[in-house]
Amino acid sequence: MHPAFSVIFFTVASGAGFGLFSLLFIADVFKLGGGFTAEQLVIGGVIALALIVFGLLSSTFHLANPKNAWRAFSRFRTSWLSREGVFAVVFMPLALIYLASIWFDAPAWLRDGSGFLAAILAWITVFSTGMIYACLKTIRQWNSPLVPANYLALGYASGSLLLLLGAVVAGLDTLPYIAMSALIVSIAAVLKAIYYFWIASPGLSPTINTATGLTRAKVKLLDTGHTHGTFLTQEFGFQIARQKAGLLKVIVFALGFVVPGLMLVWVFEQQGGQWAAIVAVVAGMAGTAIERWLFFAEARHVVNLYHGAQRC
Amino acid sequence: MRLGLVIDLDVCVGCHACAIACKEWNASGTIGPLSDYDPYGAEPSGVWFNRIRHYEMDEYPNNKTINFPMSCMHCEDADCVTVCPTGASYKRPEDGIVLIDQDKCMGCNYCSWACPYGARELDRSSGTMKKCTLCVDRIYDQNLPVEERQPSCVLTCPAHARMFGDFDDPDSAVSRTVRERSGYGLMPELNYNPTNQYLPPRSKPVIPVESKPKGGLKESIKQFANKLVRR
Repeated sequence: MHPAFSVIFFTVASGAGFGLFSLLFIADVFKLGGGFTAEQLVIGGVIALALIVFGLLSSTFHLANPKNAWRAFSRFRTSWLSREGVFAVVFMPLALIYLASIWFDAPAWLRDGSGFLAAILAWITVFSTGMIYACLKTIRQWNSPLVPANYLALGYASGSLLLLLGAVVAGLDTLPYIAMSALIVSIAAVLKAIYYFWIASPGLSPTINTATGLTRAKVKLLDTGHTHGTFLTQEFGFQIARQKAGLLKVIVFALGFVVPGLMLVWVFEQQGGQWAAIVAVVAGMAGTAIERWLFFAEARHVVNLYHGAQRC
Repeated sequence: MRLGLVIDLDVCVGCHACAIACKEWNASGTIGPLSDYDPYGAEPSGVWFNRIRHYEMDEYPNNKTINFPMSCMHCEDADCVTVCPTGASYKRPEDGIVLIDQDKCMGCNYCSWACPYGARELDRSSGTMKKCTLCVDRIYDQNLPVEERQPSCVLTCPAHARMFGDFDDPDSAVSRTVRERSGYGLMPELNYNPTNQYLPPRSKPVIPVESKPKGGLKESIKQFANKLVRR
């Protein structure tokens, strides 16, 4: 699949935003490390919302006809893309109510109730983002429950690193935030490792024989029938060399999981270390962005069976 | 009604006439134009509803070239319709034709991701997705003679490799042919239940390639004698 930059930015930014918002709510409820002040909570919430809004806006850049984008909310009953949009839009007012009730010191039931619902909706929205890809039977590398699991784990890992940075800047006791980050980042790493292991073997997947129905002998493509590239080759023809993909996977693990892990140790040792927390955030987000690029680059759509592939 | 095509892989000669006729009719049809990019330049490209690929089956001397026309299969379980977030893609309940409302499409490409057959192509000029309409603006046209109320590709095929009809009627020509010739749909393992059916190529007699016919004792003696005697 052709990796579209706008979609990569969207999924990385909004995933981190939704993750940060949910974990901010948890940090607020349990007053982790002494608890953020109202002002700090609102600043953190606004940063999370900004990530989500910029992500959603960026996602409209890949549309060829954006003037009809408002119609995307209409097929909630069947389309995961529509569901994602609807959940994200329902999340917004609840998140704003939560932040407003912190700012204006509203009663606890309103603050905790709206925060809880917003956190649940954040989870559902990121799950829907993953399901957009996971529901496609045409792409073996995507048609797996590991995909929404990866989207959730990586979004929350980015969010937890952002929250840790917030805790360091605010001068809170960082220990609970380090523990939270360490747990989520290691879960994300394990899930990603299982995913890469899983997609490495083709399993039961369509072949050139089932794509043409000519199953009694070996089949090979003689001619694609077009003189130059088509929409299909531009959208689905992208292919990455196996060696390059392997190298990028090492970089994903190094930047996305190992560097943030080491930085967590640093923050723990120093009881502070603002720079270490910043490095953890930047490395984690960069690792996630490369992971997302690879997620698209490695996906092989079955239409390639009509363009020369023997198996997808 | 469940309208669709039957394509005879045994008969198709790979002339691309169906693709040309399709482009000609639909460029000015309800979903047109079908934009071309750089049509007279070095890298011509554009929107087509019908594309013909060419395959080779088996190895010499049992090999056979198969010409493979493909357009929208108008699937029974069309994921392209269910994934569409705007409701632009729809499947008509009355005849099973899958269409795209050009006024609703936002050009997100998601439906083309869901289609295993490469039937959907984005028109970069209008920013909307386009696909085979089964010539919906032709097959119901009361102003045309009855025999011409068929998709363009079917009418034009010089080899009569294409048939159009109703698969819900067990006695229609398409249903009968599919039964008799063991017609099949493509990539059945994905469960899209494509309506269009393909008729398999018939087995052809293998042309013998051995240069020397094998004879008995008489033939061996003759060959031996021929070696001895110089002419």
